[in-house]
Amino acid sequence: MEKDIYQRPATGQHPLNLSPAYKSTVARSPKQPAIMLPQSLSEITGPSLGAERLNALENDLTRQRIGEPLGERIVVHGRVLDENGKPVPKAMVEIWQCNAAGRYHHPGDQHDAPLDPNFTGGGRVRTDDEGKYEFITIKPGAYPWKNHHNAWRPAHIHFSLFGPAFATRLITQMYFPGDPLLAYDPIYNSVPEGARTRLQASFDIETTRPEWALAYKFDVVLRGRNATPME
Amino acid sequence: MSHALTPSQTIGPFYWGTLVNTYRADLAPPGVAGERIELVLSLFDAEGALIPDGLLEIWQANSHGRYNHPDDRRNLPLDAGFEGFGRASTDTNGEARFATVKPGRVPWPAGGMQAAHVNINVFARGVLNRLATRLYFEGDPGLAEDPVLKLVDAARRRTLIAKRDGAGIWRLPIHIGGAHETVFFDI
Ligand SMILES: [Fe+2]
Repeated sequence: MEKDIYQRPATGQHPLNLSPAYKSTVARSPKQPAIMLPQSLSEITGPSLGAERLNALENDLTRQRIGEPLGERIVVHGRVLDENGKPVPKAMVEIWQCNAAGRYHHPGDQHDAPLDPNFTGGGRVRTDDEGKYEFITIKPGAYPWKNHHNAWRPAHIHFSLFGPAFATRLITQMYFPGDPLLAYDPIYNSVPEGARTRLQASFDIETTRPEWALAYKFDVVLRGRNATPME
Repeated sequence: MSHALTPSQTIGPFYWGTLVNTYRADLAPPGVAGERIELVLSLFDAEGALIPDGLLEIWQANSHGRYNHPDDRRNLPLDAGFEGFGRASTDTNGEARFATVKPGRVPWPAGGMQAAHVNINVFARGVLNRLATRLYFEGDPGLAEDPVLKLVDAARRRTLIAKRDGAGIWRLPIHIGGAHETVFFDI
């Protein structure tokens, strides 16, 4: 078999598809093992999701409507790296989240909490040459869901990244440090124990903007290339 | 320096309006070379229920078999306006549609050519990891020699092969589980 261009994740990094404590996985997980595919051009290429897809201010979720959204203003920033520690430049980072009251601006969200006319909860930005990104948003609230009795999602922000290739595609969720709901959340806890704290942002006093906003740092690590004799 | 991979999580049910605003993605504006096709992908769970809140993405070569990406260094034409990427939500019938062109064939690392195919990502509430699969075209002369299909049990290959349904329309049901479970790939 040809040598892989992109490293394959070791076991223990990602959740199992079937994680029965998260009930929706029972009917939505394959039973057959995935077939190992050598990496061809189809897997090592991918869309660039270029700057032409972006509008100005898409990384500031507090300035997308007429007024300012309610809630605690925060900076969420970090770097997109690969497993070799190399920054991933010009990578599209897309996020979505509920408002400060725990309600999504989405027709399917029926949670009895107020919508905020000044908050839609979607943001996009591309990383710079050092792989850095930054969003301005408000801290999302916790919200109930129907998974089990008295189930609440810990506050989280959904992240979508493509990285350089079809092989590096990742959708994940960022959580806040010290959230007491983390211990009870089957989605967070679907990640193997040794890996799940990677999904918690860290409070970042250095980036906090005095008199204006607290800051959280969340680095995202995508699959890295295998070393080749040329490199 | 080694960095630990960020684990995957579900897309959840509420991505509409941010990641995508469409049930039908148009990849090929006028002027793009190739045979015009529309892919109709439908998504089902293990019990055969349709999934109305899934997100599907496709990634494909252009009609000349060239990927619009710097790691495809072959001397083949790129089409202005054709990136090869599409993203659409499944609708209340569990269907997402992609208007595109039929991709050309691309090589296999160990030699030879792959049959024309489209690469697919499946996301949904209850799906914790990206599910990667492929779409091939029924009746395509390259199918018999396709090195990826050869990795798949003969009885399951049909889960990857779209059927023609009228002029230019190709349909492929994707079953996340159950008796007709689609073949997914570890890429
Ligand atoms: Fe959520």
